[in-house]
Amino acid sequence: MTLDYKAATEKYEPTLGLEVHVELNTNSKMFCSCATEFGASPNTQTCPVCLGLPGALPVVNGKAIESTILIGLALNCSIAPYSRFARKNYFYPDMPKNFQTSQYDEPICVDGYLDVEIETDEGPKVFRVDIERVHMEEDTGKSLHVGGSTGRIHGAEYSLLDYNRAGIPLVEIVTRIIPGTGKYAPQVARAYVTQLRDILRSLGVSDVKMEQGSLRCDANVSLAPIGSGLLGTRSETKNVNSLRSVERALTGEIERQANRLEAGERIIQETRHFLEESGLTRPGRSKEQAEDYRYFPEPDLVPVTPDAKWIEELRAKLPENPADRRKRLQKEWNVPDSEMNSLINAELVDVVEETIKLGAEPTRARTWWLGEISRLANEKEVAPTSLISTAFVAEIIALITSGDLTDKLARQVVEGVVNGEGSPKDVIEKRGLKVVSDDSALMVAIEAAIAAQPDTAERIRGGNIPAAGALIGAVMKATGGQADASKVRELLLKHLGQG
Amino acid sequence: MAAISRDDVAHLAKLARIEMTPAELDHMASELEQILGAVKRVQEVATSDIAPTSHPLSMSNVFRDDVVKPSLTNEEALSGAPAKADERFKVPQILGEE
Amino acid sequence: MTNIHSTAADMASALAAKEISSIELTKQHLDRIASVDGKINAFLHIDNAGALEQAEAIDKKRASGEKLSPLAGVPIAVKDILAQKGIPTTAGSKILEGWRPPYDSTVVAKLKAAGVVILGKTNMDEFAMGSSTENSAYGTTQNPWDLTRTPGGSSGGSAAAVAAFEAPLAIGTDTGGSIRQPAALTGIVGVKPTYGAVSRYGVVAYSSSLDQVGPFARTVLDTALLHEAIAGHDERDSTSINAPVPQVVTAAKRLDVKGMKIGVIKELSGSGFQAGVSARIAESIELLVAAGAEIVEVSCPNFEYALAAYYLIAPSEASSNLARFDSMRYGLRVGDDGSRGAEEVMSATREAGFGKEVKRRIILGTYALSSGYYDAYYGSAQKVRTLVKQDFDNAFAKADVLISPVTPTTAFKIGEKSDDPVAMYLSDIATIPVNMAGIGGMSLPVGLADEDGLPVGLQIMAPVMQDDRFYRVGGTLEAALLSKWGQPILSKAPDLAVQK
Ligand SMILES: [Mg+2]
Ligand SMILES: [Zn+2]
Repeated sequence: MTLDYKAATEKYEPTLGLEVHVELNTNSKMFCSCATEFGASPNTQTCPVCLGLPGALPVVNGKAIESTILIGLALNCSIAPYSRFARKNYFYPDMPKNFQTSQYDEPICVDGYLDVEIETDEGPKVFRVDIERVHMEEDTGKSLHVGGSTGRIHGAEYSLLDYNRAGIPLVEIVTRIIPGTGKYAPQVARAYVTQLRDILRSLGVSDVKMEQGSLRCDANVSLAPIGSGLLGTRSETKNVNSLRSVERALTGEIERQANRLEAGERIIQETRHFLEESGLTRPGRSKEQAEDYRYFPEPDLVPVTPDAKWIEELRAKLPENPADRRKRLQKEWNVPDSEMNSLINAELVDVVEETIKLGAEPTRARTWWLGEISRLANEKEVAPTSLISTAFVAEIIALITSGDLTDKLARQVVEGVVNGEGSPKDVIEKRGLKVVSDDSALMVAIEAAIAAQPDTAERIRGGNIPAAGALIGAVMKATGGQADASKVRELLLKHLGQG
Repeated sequence: MAAISRDDVAHLAKLARIEMTPAELDHMASELEQILGAVKRVQEVATSDIAPTSHPLSMSNVFRDDVVKPSLTNEEALSGAPAKADERFKVPQILGEE
Repeated sequence: MTNIHSTAADMASALAAKEISSIELTKQHLDRIASVDGKINAFLHIDNAGALEQAEAIDKKRASGEKLSPLAGVPIAVKDILAQKGIPTTAGSKILEGWRPPYDSTVVAKLKAAGVVILGKTNMDEFAMGSSTENSAYGTTQNPWDLTRTPGGSSGGSAAAVAAFEAPLAIGTDTGGSIRQPAALTGIVGVKPTYGAVSRYGVVAYSSSLDQVGPFARTVLDTALLHEAIAGHDERDSTSINAPVPQVVTAAKRLDVKGMKIGVIKELSGSGFQAGVSARIAESIELLVAAGAEIVEVSCPNFEYALAAYYLIAPSEASSNLARFDSMRYGLRVGDDGSRGAEEVMSATREAGFGKEVKRRIILGTYALSSGYYDAYYGSAQKVRTLVKQDFDNAFAKADVLISPVTPTTAFKIGEKSDDPVAMYLSDIATIPVNMAGIGGMSLPVGLADEDGLPVGLQIMAPVMQDDRFYRVGGTLEAALLSKWGQPILSKAPDLAVQK
């Protein structure tokens, strides 16, 4: 018999643990001055230090320490007055020194938490995720497996190593075990990673791109019979590279473990790999025979001892928590959840806020960013923010509000700006997009329209106001859309004795 | 202290990635035992009230600015490589983990 | 007339006065190397072309009136543990055979900038693990005083080169005595500066918290000149001290110790030391008293644990430092026949590429750091380090400098201790505490032992960043000894031409 997820979580209680690795977006690497740019050609961002050449020595990137302290503060951690780097010793070809410079029993940040809200059967509920530690380490190089049938390591004939990524600063954020989530474990995990990502983005310390590997999540889970008070053996799932995968991987893993336990088998403590296609996990290296990492204090580096003043300076720099900010803005803008979620998903909250700050009318600011600009961005497969500046958008909206541009004209202005024709002013000038507001010019067009449709004009004179639409349309057509329709209506009706 | 067995040394040799023949393991076990017999003296005075010194200097907070400096060229980086291909270090197949 | 037997200071003045060119001086040394190094084996690599090129460049600069550093144009030998761009750097190991670094160590860069002419790279115990240079993968170095004896180690090649007049100056490294012990056994001056005084960047690491680069020369002043050329803060070494270099040249020239308190370490005298060694130390003390110093006895009760602690700390750090030699990126690769995985090839390479002593220390260090043993071994050793530092603090509260013999015996026979690692380790008993505490120390030749006619070294130690103190004491004592002997100690060494 097999248990589905619902049955599994009715019988077993999951306990979560999450480890998130974040690549910082510093200019240079953690221990050397090589560039960190993504996508450089192989082994062109390496030096004696990050290649682990004999004799080379590390020097800590101060900005990386600052970023780590910021992360700790944003996660409500205490910042250790004394912390040290340690060597984590194990052999692996993508690790040039065959030890990772990391932190062990003396991390920079400890004992924090993050409150995450999820939707439950009983409505929104907040789960507190306790953070055990936030520590610094360095990334490894990348291996490419050549030959063999699958392209995976097994069966590969040889491997090719590129150390451009080796030594990029990594921050590891480790939660304590998260009990009591019940069947919501996968959602809690997803919400935690989502919120963490948003915080990191708001701090500006990382690109947080899961698909590029600048944010990576390892999800631990164990099961125990509900009410037993026991803690089961855990598995650790790696290779989870999207928010959706975090949820899927845990759902799948909880089902797998439950069914093993049902079948009377034991859970093996091991690393498992998430398979994007199937949503299942597959075993990696067994950790039954735990690696002995022989940690010891890194003798080539000196301790990090941030003083209170430095920490308070950094604390003062902390931006508003993204979740709080969102709630505040939603209230200020008075928009429904659905629209707020659209803005969040499109990553447009910041630009909308900025556009409003620059004087744009709030509803128009949201609709222009979510509508026309996003549509153009989609066409060009770029981010909306890369197309046009908030200042230009605010300028265009101001012209709409003042009646100098119609929506239709404004779309042409946006298009012109996006095509590189200059500022909104330049585009308006070059394309001659000003609204026609000169009464005499409009009157010429109105009289022409009346002359062309005398019957319609007669009906209006007779009190059939709705018939005016046909004449207004003709005037708008004649002026190339540059007339203000309400103005045309006003003049027309007046002219026909209905004003 | 327990005697150092050949298995103990085999485990250490595996951790240290040094291939050893059974004869070498036996020899190393006896040498290691002899050396450990001499160095375990440190335990006589290392009482719990003494703080460890891992480094002779009491310095802290040595940081560099986050500024990029030129790297080695690809050619220089690969200049010592026993084997290379496609601008990368070519190494035997990596087994055991993906 | 300047020749290979001159001091570096005299060579420098002759060069400055254009009495000799750097090309001529360099050629004299290259000729000397060609004629005697077959017997000494001090050099692993001789850079004839590079040295002459450097010499020529300096001569040109001098001719054009450019202002030059004090040692510009003087030749030097560099221990093969320092990376030099494009020049083979092996650290005495087969695993690095043929490796040519793509970068210069800071010390080599400083030497080049100062116009010091690098003759070549010198022999050493593999990865600096040893006290006799017998652990080199490229054959042992012979002591110029007696070719059947070792010059000490691990910087045995550098010491022998200076003692055999193959170079007036040399660079060594000292982790547990590797400069001071070979200096003592070959009758020259060697200094281990304060930890952090000289950059370790580009020095193949043995034990990071103990390693330090330092100078060898035949006189105290020459040693000081070289010390000043290589010392100073380096932003590429996080453990480098950001403070002015002590005025060691001034101190070496001072020739006065009036009012100085010199502490004699009780635990490093008497039994356990060869009679001829103790006799020369006692005479040195008398000379210092005659020069106006005050002698006080100090006790360092924890020194007896220092050796044991050292042989846990150094191998532990080494086991990690040497992990990078895995055949993936540089150096030797063995067993890559297409059928074996990376892990197997790493293990086969390390088996074939490392010598016996290196493997022994890697295994020992791996053991001392492994879970379950860490506290008992590595942790305890670090506590001993605290105690050794305390001993020094207490002693320096009573004395300006401390003295002891450098080694328990004079130079021992090649092969004599090579089968007994623990006996070999004992030759560092007096030098190791200095590295443990991070202070500086000098080895000064103070005569020959009566029983074997071999050189004896006196160790002078000073507190952190007070390296000028041992230059002051060393310079004064050297002058007193010279006036007593009438000629430098090395003139008593047997002629190499008649030695077999
Ligand atoms: Mg980690
Ligand atoms: Zn680098």
